[in-house]
Amino acid sequence: MTQDPLLSVQNVTTQFVTEEGIVRAVDDLSFDVHRGETLGLVGESGAGKSVAIRSIMRLISSPGEIVSGTITYKGHVILDRSQGPDGEVRDGEAMLSEAEMRSKIRGREIALIFQDPMESLNPVFTIGSQLREFIEINRDLSNAEAKAEAIELLREVGIPEAESRYHEYPHQFSGGMRQRVLIAMALACKPDLIIADEPTTALDVTVEGQILDLIEQLKTEYETSFIWVTHDMGVVAEICDRVNVMYLGELIEQAPVDELFHETKHPYTEALLRSIPKPHETTGEFDPIRGIMPDGMNAPSGCRFHPRCPDAREVCMSVHPDLREIDDGQNAACLKYDVFDADYDDSPPLVVDENGERVPAETVESVGGDD
Amino acid sequence: MATPPETAEMGDQPVSSSAGEADESIRDLTGWRYTLAQIKRDRTARLGWYIISVVSVVAIVTYVDSQLLNYYIADTFWYHPERDAEGTALLPPVGLENSYGAGTWSHPLGTDQRGRDLLVRIVYGTRIAIQVGVVATGLGVIVGTIIGAVSGYYGGWIDDILQRTVETVYAIPFLILVIAIMSAFGRHLWIAIVGVGIVTVPIFARLIRSEVLKVREEEYIEAAKAIGVKDRHILARHIIPNSFAPVLVQGTLQIGVNILIVAGLSFLGFGVQPPTPSWGQILADSRGYMLPNPWFSIFPGIAILVTVMGFNLLGDGLRDALDPRNNG
Repeated sequence: MTQDPLLSVQNVTTQFVTEEGIVRAVDDLSFDVHRGETLGLVGESGAGKSVAIRSIMRLISSPGEIVSGTITYKGHVILDRSQGPDGEVRDGEAMLSEAEMRSKIRGREIALIFQDPMESLNPVFTIGSQLREFIEINRDLSNAEAKAEAIELLREVGIPEAESRYHEYPHQFSGGMRQRVLIAMALACKPDLIIADEPTTALDVTVEGQILDLIEQLKTEYETSFIWVTHDMGVVAEICDRVNVMYLGELIEQAPVDELFHETKHPYTEALLRSIPKPHETTGEFDPIRGIMPDGMNAPSGCRFHPRCPDAREVCMSVHPDLREIDDGQNAACLKYDVFDADYDDSPPLVVDENGERVPAETVESVGGDD
Repeated sequence: MATPPETAEMGDQPVSSSAGEADESIRDLTGWRYTLAQIKRDRTARLGWYIISVVSVVAIVTYVDSQLLNYYIADTFWYHPERDAEGTALLPPVGLENSYGAGTWSHPLGTDQRGRDLLVRIVYGTRIAIQVGVVATGLGVIVGTIIGAVSGYYGGWIDDILQRTVETVYAIPFLILVIAIMSAFGRHLWIAIVGVGIVTVPIFARLIRSEVLKVREEEYIEAAKAIGVKDRHILARHIIPNSFAPVLVQGTLQIGVNILIVAGLSFLGFGVQPPTPSWGQILADSRGYMLPNPWFSIFPGIAILVTVMGFNLLGDGLRDALDPRNNG
């Protein structure tokens, strides 16, 4: 962990300006990815995972905007942006231009695999021509060489009869096969980092297993680093080395995978792990996380998780915890740990009022007294 | 004749079973071949296809003869379509009679006011109709597609400028605009083609823009951006091919419309100048002779009707074949 990270993300904030107000989809996000490691990015729907990875690729389009942060990759400054007091966004001089991002970073150094393999291929061209086109764009190969390379790649990701399937259209492929094609496309330029945005969510479990095996095999072969975005804790346990847990645009826990499962620090992560359906449970015994993720527009004050948190106390409503080291290599953003020094232990627990809102104990008593 | 029971059962519904087989074989086809197979199944589209084929062959032959061979073929084997003839003027078609005489087999559709054979003039008018219809529509499709795709893909102020420009052109009545263009630049065939092309541009620019707005949100476009494909390349390879189907349909229908526009222009005296035969021109000539010889007006009218109908039928067939909602 002492060597320079492959990708370093520091304090990145991305917001969307909508008619109702500004939504911070990613808020002050910081993490590193090291060579050869697989980093899990976990969270419920709406936690900001997809916006986070698109921010890394600088693929945020209007009305979204990255307002601040620094991202460096192998010495390239992908992002160096700060927001002045007047709200104006300023870019650092070393930041890559859009054209440089396109020609140097996207596809060649960092590749993205999308969630839905059904939608990520152009329906009007054959699989082969799309793969070949991509190889031609990014590597100086002739048409015939690129074709040979494309067929070789298809074979490598486990597509049988690659020569004949090269001439078929996307609709003639099954979901798993298309995801293999997308992986082949991501591998085409031998990038050092592949970002996978829930690549197995749309696939059934047996195909998911095959794809994960394939990734594992390719990882040892190419020494590629991965950022694996998912909401499936089972997949996390299977392939990730370290895990980032996101909630409402913020990182709330960072831990190596074993510690995350066995010495869980943040109550949200605990709840997330409890909510995994287990074979011996019936629906009645099922323990989902209470409530739904609040709207990013009016995020709760203090700790953003406090309305749903079983451990929440009064102090959680007012103090916003940042990510701090709790244990060796394990960071969490929860006030119940001593490093925050926020008087958590002396603060009274929150109770649920008649509207289902969580409020400090005294307010409920006083309301009852008036009646 | 011991028929196996299965065959007998199938014999009960021979039509549906053979249709089922046809469906199966069509489903295996992809792209263009699928579309063609769909059109072949559609009777009216097939009729349109036949009409267009015949008219196109006639147009090509007459184009070669009039432009390259100086009417050698027509003059040698038939009549010269432009030169005044010694024959009787305003003869009716064969089998009919009017005050100028009786129709003969030497002039099956009769003659015009200068004694020229009407059939040869209508046949040689085909090339103007097709030439202007196809070239002007092609011009409109190419320019309109580029404007519409750029406008829809980039959005913002580029979209505003391009769309407002296009709408301004769209707001001017097309016939007046073409006549204005021809008055400014001269009454030449190529000016007519460019003029009709210009008035066609807005139709395609708006049509493809609305498609592009849909397609640009597709995930494969984002995927292409994520692997570092240039905007120009995304437009040409991913956006336009996926937005083009409605343009193909509209383009086919528009050829018919443009043929009508050109006929109208020629009728008003713009467009092709006499003595070059064109359908609108023949119609205009016939105006003064409708009472003695109504057939003089009817035959060029039929030529226009049949040709425009051919393009409309094919366009409708294409729409059915290309619209996935119709392939139940």
